[in-house]
Amino acid sequence: MKKLIYLDNAATTQVSEEVLNAMLPFFRQTYSNPSAVYSFAGEGKKAVDDARKQAAELIGAKTEEIYFTGGGSESDNWALKATAEAYSSKGKHIITSKIEHHAILHTCEYLEKHGFEITYLDVDEEGKISLNELEAAIRPDTILISIMMANNEIGTIEPITEIGRIAHENDVLFHTDAVQAYGHIPINVDDMNIDMLSASGHKFNGPKGIGILYIRKGVKIRSFIHGGAQERNRRAGTSNVPGIVGFGKAAQIAVETMKDRTEKEINIRDHLIERVLTEIPYVRLNGHRTDRLPNNVNFCFRFIEGESLLILLDQLGVCASSGSACTSGALDPSHVLLAIGLPHEIAHGSLRITLSEETTLKDIDFVADELKNIVERLRHMSPLYEDFVKNQK
Amino acid sequence: MYSEKVMDHFNNPRNVGEIENPSGVGTVGNAKCGDIMRMYFDIDDKGIIRDVKFKTFGCGAAVATSSMATELVKGKTVKEALEVTNKAVMEALDGLPPVKVHCSLLAEEAIHAALWDYAKKNDIVIEGLEEPVNDIAEKVEEEEY
Repeated sequence: MKKLIYLDNAATTQVSEEVLNAMLPFFRQTYSNPSAVYSFAGEGKKAVDDARKQAAELIGAKTEEIYFTGGGSESDNWALKATAEAYSSKGKHIITSKIEHHAILHTCEYLEKHGFEITYLDVDEEGKISLNELEAAIRPDTILISIMMANNEIGTIEPITEIGRIAHENDVLFHTDAVQAYGHIPINVDDMNIDMLSASGHKFNGPKGIGILYIRKGVKIRSFIHGGAQERNRRAGTSNVPGIVGFGKAAQIAVETMKDRTEKEINIRDHLIERVLTEIPYVRLNGHRTDRLPNNVNFCFRFIEGESLLILLDQLGVCASSGSACTSGALDPSHVLLAIGLPHEIAHGSLRITLSEETTLKDIDFVADELKNIVERLRHMSPLYEDFVKNQK
Repeated sequence: MYSEKVMDHFNNPRNVGEIENPSGVGTVGNAKCGDIMRMYFDIDDKGIIRDVKFKTFGCGAAVATSSMATELVKGKTVKEALEVTNKAVMEALDGLPPVKVHCSLLAEEAIHAALWDYAKKNDIVIEGLEEPVNDIAEKVEEEEY
């Protein structure tokens, strides 16, 4: 069997062995419901408390400000819908950006149908919002700013500290979707003036189906999932103890390894960017060159289409992703690539490669070598390339 | 997600290339939806398609349907080529995922576009051939919850 080179870590990551080992006892040994009174429940309860502390430490939050959810999408839905509901007497205006994840954008569309007004900020060609435009968009009835910390497709890191400062100066709540950033770059909710933050376990070697919403003390949003009194009455449902333990362990490891891990990823990332940009013609790097996630690379190869590229990489054992329409089942290419100003035909030729700690320079050199062949092969059968070459003569 | 035949035609596409001074050439699709197909026909005086070449910008299904379409029309008469429908292309490929059916429509349209060009160049009328639209209108059905 050919070696699997998994380079789609922005989609999901492998649960690390340490995380799995931390979780396993909570399936068959300590399977108690932590809400119960008997002492058998005590160990589960303690494990949940410990995990909450680990999750809080990664972002400099207080333990009681962390609420476990079913994942990043739930956290985003909760933050937006519950803020809209709780603060609607103050106003019905929310500011977000055009490059948010669909968990934010589709929730905003839902809120628009329910009487809220949303401003979708543009981004520049590197994917950053403009702080001036943000300030200008704030109105007396603005209740929330929700801007992602780092983009899932192009990896650009937004100026979160400045956004938080502007939000607070204007007395507007600030939520950030940090699903791609949590565990990958340093975060401090106080320094960054963050009121709410979403994160998801499976993006940093934790399990799927578990996330957090950080809610700063004093933010008056209510429960989104109604039922029992779990999570301080704010998120009902029997605690997913193995998931929570896995999240906490993954967060703890992420804190400990962040410096070395990201240094290594940045080296490999920059090596790949350098090689592809110099060795393959008609290619562009999407996203900011330096203010980008340590593990994210995103290119557009002109004259070719992303799905074809992915299939050929797959045949070599390489897993990557693309923002082309064909890969999403939609007809339009990625809204993020369109928002940074790319024409449709170029956006269709995108390739996202997201590294993990395990990715080696050898893997990446193999991918760069093969990309050269694949791009050439696809261009050879592309009518767009044929026209381009003819027009150059 | 794709049948073995689709993968075979994607990996080993038949008749990729161009024909110099073709009897007819047609380009369909648009870059917006991400698929563009171009077909070149070499047609002799008896109206038989002697050679076919194609170039495609698009997904795996787009490449495979154009490759299969060229195989199906090669050696056929103009009239027979007109009968190569998107359904025929799909069947020959052992089917396509539902979201990729439009690729086979594009392949049918590419045949028509090349034949239309041939008819125009030779000032003839091919019975049953309508002017091809180079942009397959597509509709996404949105579900409301």
